[in-house]
Amino acid sequence: MSAWVAKCPAQEPSLPVGLAEDPSKESTQGPSLPSGLGEKTETAFDGPTLPSGLSGEKPSVKQEEPQKKQRSWKLPPDMSGYWEIRSGVRVQDDPLEDQVSLAETRLQLTYDQYIAYYFPSGHFHLTSDLIFDATLDDLNDVDLEDGEGWIDLRETWLSLTPLDFMDLKAGRQILTWGTGNLIFLNDLFPKDYRSFFLGRDLEYLKAPSDAVKMSFYSEMVNVDIVYTPKFDPDRYVNGSRLSFYDPALGTLRGENMPMEVERPDKWFDDDELALRMYRSMGAYELAAYGYIGFWKGPSGMDPATGRRFFPDLTVLGASLRGPVGYGIGNTEFSWYDSRDDSSGTNPFVQNSEMRFLLGYEQEVAADLTLGLQYYLNYMLDYHRYKKALPPGASDRNRARHWITVDFTQELMAQNQLVLSLFVFYSLSENDCYFRPKVTYDFTDNWKIQIGGNIFTGKQKTFFGQFEENSNVYAAVRYSF
Amino acid sequence: MKRYFKSGILVTVLMALTASWSHPSAARENESEPSVQQIVERTNQVAYYQGKDGRADVNMSIVDDQDRERIRKFTILRRDDVPTEDQADQDPNTYAGDQRFYIYFKAPPDVKDTAFMVWKHVAMDQDDDRWLYLPGLDLVKRIAASDERTSFVGSHFFYEDVSGRNINEDEHELVDVTSTYFILENTPKEPERVEFSRYKMWIHKDTYLPVQTEYYDKRGEAYRRYKVLNVSRPQGFLTVMKSRMEDLRSGGHTTIEYSRVEYDVGLPTDIFTERYLRKPPMKYIGK
Repeated sequence: MSAWVAKCPAQEPSLPVGLAEDPSKESTQGPSLPSGLGEKTETAFDGPTLPSGLSGEKPSVKQEEPQKKQRSWKLPPDMSGYWEIRSGVRVQDDPLEDQVSLAETRLQLTYDQYIAYYFPSGHFHLTSDLIFDATLDDLNDVDLEDGEGWIDLRETWLSLTPLDFMDLKAGRQILTWGTGNLIFLNDLFPKDYRSFFLGRDLEYLKAPSDAVKMSFYSEMVNVDIVYTPKFDPDRYVNGSRLSFYDPALGTLRGENMPMEVERPDKWFDDDELALRMYRSMGAYELAAYGYIGFWKGPSGMDPATGRRFFPDLTVLGASLRGPVGYGIGNTEFSWYDSRDDSSGTNPFVQNSEMRFLLGYEQEVAADLTLGLQYYLNYMLDYHRYKKALPPGASDRNRARHWITVDFTQELMAQNQLVLSLFVFYSLSENDCYFRPKVTYDFTDNWKIQIGGNIFTGKQKTFFGQFEENSNVYAAVRYSF
Repeated sequence: MKRYFKSGILVTVLMALTASWSHPSAARENESEPSVQQIVERTNQVAYYQGKDGRADVNMSIVDDQDRERIRKFTILRRDDVPTEDQADQDPNTYAGDQRFYIYFKAPPDVKDTAFMVWKHVAMDQDDDRWLYLPGLDLVKRIAASDERTSFVGSHFFYEDVSGRNINEDEHELVDVTSTYFILENTPKEPERVEFSRYKMWIHKDTYLPVQTEYYDKRGEAYRRYKVLNVSRPQGFLTVMKSRMEDLRSGGHTTIEYSRVEYDVGLPTDIFTERYLRKPPMKYIGK
């Protein structure tokens, strides 16, 4: 607006377009000098010219459309995605794994189609990654359930609102609920810990479910029911990309020692049912949860064959979240009933446990956010577990206490630079997991990310077992 | 990602949907000048409360000191949180209470489809409630209250510019009256909490629309300037259609343009709940 730019601050501002007294003299586009100020503004005191549109005259209803940028080639409007190169290396030797922890490029494509014309509030969504992964021996060995190979189909769902008080979402989808930050109690939807520990983008922590989600809404309570007809386990650490401590072996297990795992895979028989009931009370959110299915990792073993399996599991829990002091507080509780070992006497099946979380997050200084969490994992039948352990077998602590600390600092004029550090520390086992990360946005489309996954602790501890997988990574991403 | 939302997005929204019924003649009819308090209250009313609800498409252009441009595009839905029992006797032109906002991002690509929700509380001792929905993780995140004088979505606007600074936080003085403007000078009651020493507002006498605001540092130099560039009256509601915030030290600036502005859309209350965070109300957002 030339008129505006020309003015020095000491002068009275001109009226903006739309505020002038006589709109006939101004063009709707340009910041004309405020016509309109006519007789009234002759003696310029300290003050701006009026913007266009403040005229006392007939309102001009015409609205300015934002300028559209001309581009020679444009993606169809319903499509978006990104292209990324990401690589990482172990920071120390792991005799069981490659030095290179990540070496991949992926193209993610997302397609959205709103089909309200055919179905009430109908929405079709597809997200798929096409991957070249140099760490894989055979890219053609595609496993859509495990996300390995040249394609990772992340989402393909149809969402409808068949009734005013009901939503339906069916297909491959990402599902999340609960209040923890990177700690999950009542969220039994599949996680991808391989991606998480290797340093892929955070969104890959959640693996897709092939499920139907039904949601019902009312004044009293809202209900989500998720039915997964065939069990979707976590993408757990299995030795193929990350080594881990196998208590049965009494040592670390890596890519040359594949585990034999029996996965429940009968449709409508090996199924999962997850339930959430929630409502808000003012600014506070209250929820109750239930789950019937399986442990999400192969935490059972047949001592005769050494085969791993996914024991039966039922979970009940609750959560509360809302403002506390200057920040947000949350607490969550859950009870894990390991149904294949209800008595707790089978050392080869994971013990029943109780989980508890207390969290708080606050902006402690401008653009600096600090989050703290305390997490407790407590075995319920510990004495029976200890008693039943084979002689010489190592036991774990009954209670696992974790503290997590999460710093996020935004820097520079447009907050293009974000520094963050997430730390897990176990008070009971004295092991640690650091997740430092730096993200810089060069433009709206280009960004780089550098980070690490650093584990320390004794080999038999939860984080310590991954010590030799400690890695740093870098990524460049173009979003469109 | 979070950085976009931490300090409330509210901001922008507000600008767009903040006009008030214009009563062009009100000021003129009254020959005697209104009191400072009246000007301040009326201006707040005009700037941040228009109609019972509204929607707008927003295009934000952020230009840094080296002329590099970043674009934010989003749709804002707003609804005044008038308690039902008061609705009958509530004059829509005087309501200045709590509001709810829903913001749906369309650009840049890495935040596309992200939804943000704010329950704005006007009580001095109550922070706004904010939620963020990240579709890639299907995560509904609660956002902690933040410093109101930090960048809003990386732009030159602060959260407070958009949502409105509480009028009780400053001392107001009418320093001049021109034929067009009331000129107010505002001094913070708690100067240690803000980065300015005072700011000056040019308020259009006929409409009470704040047309320009300048912020001065401790040495008395202007370093930040807000200016309304274009105003319109969709459905009769006086609305800022284009405005700019300029950083006078670096030369960077952010321009906000609104389009498809509609008032009294009839937005249902439940749009501003978790249900629609997870399933954006495309009917009101539009494509």
